[in-house]
Amino acid sequence: MSERATIVLNVNGAAFDTSAVAYDTLLTVIRDQLFLTGTKRGCNQGVCGACTVLSDSRPVRSCLSLALDCEDKRIDTIEGLCDHPLMQALQRSFIAGGAFQCGFCTPGMLVAAFALLMNNRRPSEADIRRTLSGNLCRCTGYKKIIEAVLGAAHALQDGDRRE
Amino acid sequence: MGTDVNKPFQGEVGRPVPQLEAQEKVCGSAQFIADLYRPNMLYGAVLQSPHAHARILKYDLSQALAIAGVRAIVTGDDLQENWRMGAFIKDEHALAKGKVRYVGEAIAAVAADTEAIARKAAAAIIVTYQELPAALSPEEALLSDAAIIHEAAREYVKVFDTGTKANLCSRTSFREGDIDQGWRDSDRVFEARYQTQAQAHVSLEPCGALAEMDANGRVTLWSANQSVFRVQANVSESLGMPMSRLRCLTPRIGAGFGNKMEPHIQPITVLLAMKAKRPVKLILSREQDFEMVRARHPFNIRVKTGVKCDGTLIAREVEALLDCGAFGDDSPGVLGYALLMSCGPYRFPHAYCHGRLAYTNKMRFGAFRGFGVPQMTFAIETQLDEIADALNLDPIEFRLKNLKREGDRWLGGQTIASNGLAECLDKVRKASGWNGARRRSDDAESRRAFGVACSAHISGLLSTGAIIRLLEDGTVLLNTGSVDIGQGSNTILSQICAEALRIPLDRVGIASPDTDGSPYNWGTTASRVTYMTGTSVVGAAAEVERKIKDHAAEILECAPADLELIPGGLVAIKGIPHRHVSFAAISGRAHWAAGGPIIGSHSWVFDQKTVDPKRASVTGLPFSQIGAFVFNATVVDVEIDETTGKCRVNRAWSACDVGRAINPQMVEGQIEGAFVQGLGYALFEEIVWNGAQIANPTLMDYKIPTFVEAPSELYSIIVESNDPTGPYGAKSVGEIGINSVAAAITNAVNTGLGVRLRRLPLTPERVLQAMIGPEQNQETALSK
Repeated sequence: MSERATIVLNVNGAAFDTSAVAYDTLLTVIRDQLFLTGTKRGCNQGVCGACTVLSDSRPVRSCLSLALDCEDKRIDTIEGLCDHPLMQALQRSFIAGGAFQCGFCTPGMLVAAFALLMNNRRPSEADIRRTLSGNLCRCTGYKKIIEAVLGAAHALQDGDRRE
Repeated sequence: MGTDVNKPFQGEVGRPVPQLEAQEKVCGSAQFIADLYRPNMLYGAVLQSPHAHARILKYDLSQALAIAGVRAIVTGDDLQENWRMGAFIKDEHALAKGKVRYVGEAIAAVAADTEAIARKAAAAIIVTYQELPAALSPEEALLSDAAIIHEAAREYVKVFDTGTKANLCSRTSFREGDIDQGWRDSDRVFEARYQTQAQAHVSLEPCGALAEMDANGRVTLWSANQSVFRVQANVSESLGMPMSRLRCLTPRIGAGFGNKMEPHIQPITVLLAMKAKRPVKLILSREQDFEMVRARHPFNIRVKTGVKCDGTLIAREVEALLDCGAFGDDSPGVLGYALLMSCGPYRFPHAYCHGRLAYTNKMRFGAFRGFGVPQMTFAIETQLDEIADALNLDPIEFRLKNLKREGDRWLGGQTIASNGLAECLDKVRKASGWNGARRRSDDAESRRAFGVACSAHISGLLSTGAIIRLLEDGTVLLNTGSVDIGQGSNTILSQICAEALRIPLDRVGIASPDTDGSPYNWGTTASRVTYMTGTSVVGAAAEVERKIKDHAAEILECAPADLELIPGGLVAIKGIPHRHVSFAAISGRAHWAAGGPIIGSHSWVFDQKTVDPKRASVTGLPFSQIGAFVFNATVVDVEIDETTGKCRVNRAWSACDVGRAINPQMVEGQIEGAFVQGLGYALFEEIVWNGAQIANPTLMDYKIPTFVEAPSELYSIIVESNDPTGPYGAKSVGEIGINSVAAAITNAVNTGLGVRLRRLPLTPERVLQAMIGPEQNQETALSK
């Protein structure tokens, strides 16, 4: 076993003392040490997207990110993003539109959709399909997710217009 | 809890309310099995077999046990020979014992302080094997000189007449009418062979379990499951434990599709926790989930159909050969059920449908959404298109002409109580603007064609119950033992309960399934929860209503028959709504003054016979009472790229007769999800073996549909036939939507190509080859 190092991770705006060996992933540390279990391990190979978190505002696969490399990054997980109005718009739209069933892929899906809407407030259906194509869902057939992301974008645009 | 008695009751049945668990699922606080932690908990890891078939000579655990942080190791030596589990045939130990029977089978397991230590220790276990010849296909396994996979198979405990012999695990046959007469009465006879592949479930959540033993030796077990009661039964059988010593609970489930109905690593986890005397959590990696759990059966199917020149179906013979894998699991059920559905939803005066199931040295195959019907539907519905083509009939008209109708008998003899299939076909035809011809796409680089297929399914099987308690404040607690695997059954059952008692949904709480406290429920499988458990909820609510009225009659000094429930948790004298009593007042009286707490319960077993012995002769059918029938028709518009052979489903229409949609949004979700899972099955999903080893046990190599492959337009159409036997007319929707997808897509591709493809999946390679050299892909179509 390689040597265990103590590291400080900045997660959801707070600093946490954690420890990791060289091969520990960000996913393992935020789940097993911080108990932020909204971030899921679906494949541990960077394919399914269930472990998506934001690293300095960019969506990354926490199963492919080594914890030791994340020390000077700002990490945001689903738990921390719940207070953000944009995430709340997405959540409302997902709930109203029935855009999840089992919910296992949902946190990763929402984080990826959040990053999309942060960068593009008026995504087309094609934008959504392309940008979220690295997030797998086995339950919904994707239709209601696409509709929900579009719905959230429209709601946010309406909100922008009112302001 | 103010109630406006004049406000009209909105009703909960038919409302697209969001899932009860919606908020926790979008916040990341929903707890799945991997999200549970217990004080002093250890992590488990499994060692898998490198051999397809080998005798285990000895285990050397010394190096593994020497690793710091290792707390317990279990092997087949911890099990007694007669501790075997299995839904139909008791042929499986919790861990390989004496022999390994497939590459990937669990041989030993470790509990350690961390997951990394547990995995390292598992890899340090040394097992000495004596390799044996393996049988890797059902054809090979049934040869007279094949290696025997279960030497003691004939002595295993079985729950039906299996006909087990050597590697033949079970066989089933149905005979109705006189098949020889059927061929004589037919003008044309069509016959061909069809082949389907293994499909992986790929629930996004891998399987896992967490077990903990208390000081008295009683075990609590949480796991990814579709039935806490099947978990209890399987662990109990495989570990020689009385059921009363085992309590099974459920966290949220990251989908099942059949994969989590029968056991995976729950028995191993319990064994580890008992040996380590500490809580143990064991979560499979994605690779292990592919290699160790189960998958959809590959089928080889010969279909022979006799027909009159006018398109009247006369005779059907089906012969199926299924790969069982190393253990029986649900396979006998899949074989029997696929054969029951092998005439499709059509009238055939003469039928002979038979099949065999062979043990092989592969991972067990088992239940997967559709339970053998997607395979069978692929064969029989693509053959129907060949016949329509040969007879120059429109495929939809041809199907409509032969449909079974309400009141007709199914193969075997059960009467169909409701049937909305004609309406399904009509709706998909109109919505799609159906056109049976091959078209060119606008850019002329590809061909386009529509395809259609129909299917049926059941909802039912075995037993179930419900308990409704009226709480002190007049709200209710519903307890059914049905595991919500993500499809939303907690919400559906609560809606039914609220409707029956005429109270708002937020006054119904739903208990989490618990073998200590819930009424028995066979499982969330066989599309059965809405139909079976929903019926029990209605029954339990009726008992609560009767007891409420008994109290109200005494309070209001009238006869119970003069009372009615009025919306919002009140009971009043009929026609005089202001003479009412609240549920809260009644429950208070019951709890503290008269009669005792109000509890309603109901339980039942599906008891309509599948076989009428006066009509059909049936051998080896694992289930004798199967369920109520549901129906579907699917139309797809497929585009075939002439350069690459790649097929894309641009548009799709799936109409399902679900009886009644308790929650239309969730019904749509089931239809859409089933369609896209079927699309993957039709076009690219396939578990591939390299010799005895799965070559693609990762999501990198085993592709499931993404946002990109999902159809541009996907329309779910709900047809409501209002089944007289279902709760509020409801039947089911969980599986029906997947059955005909591969057949419909194949029919479109075949129309587009002008060639008949009879093997799934329709990979670009196969499609391109069919365009280039059609003769290679054509089987002989016999005609007279």
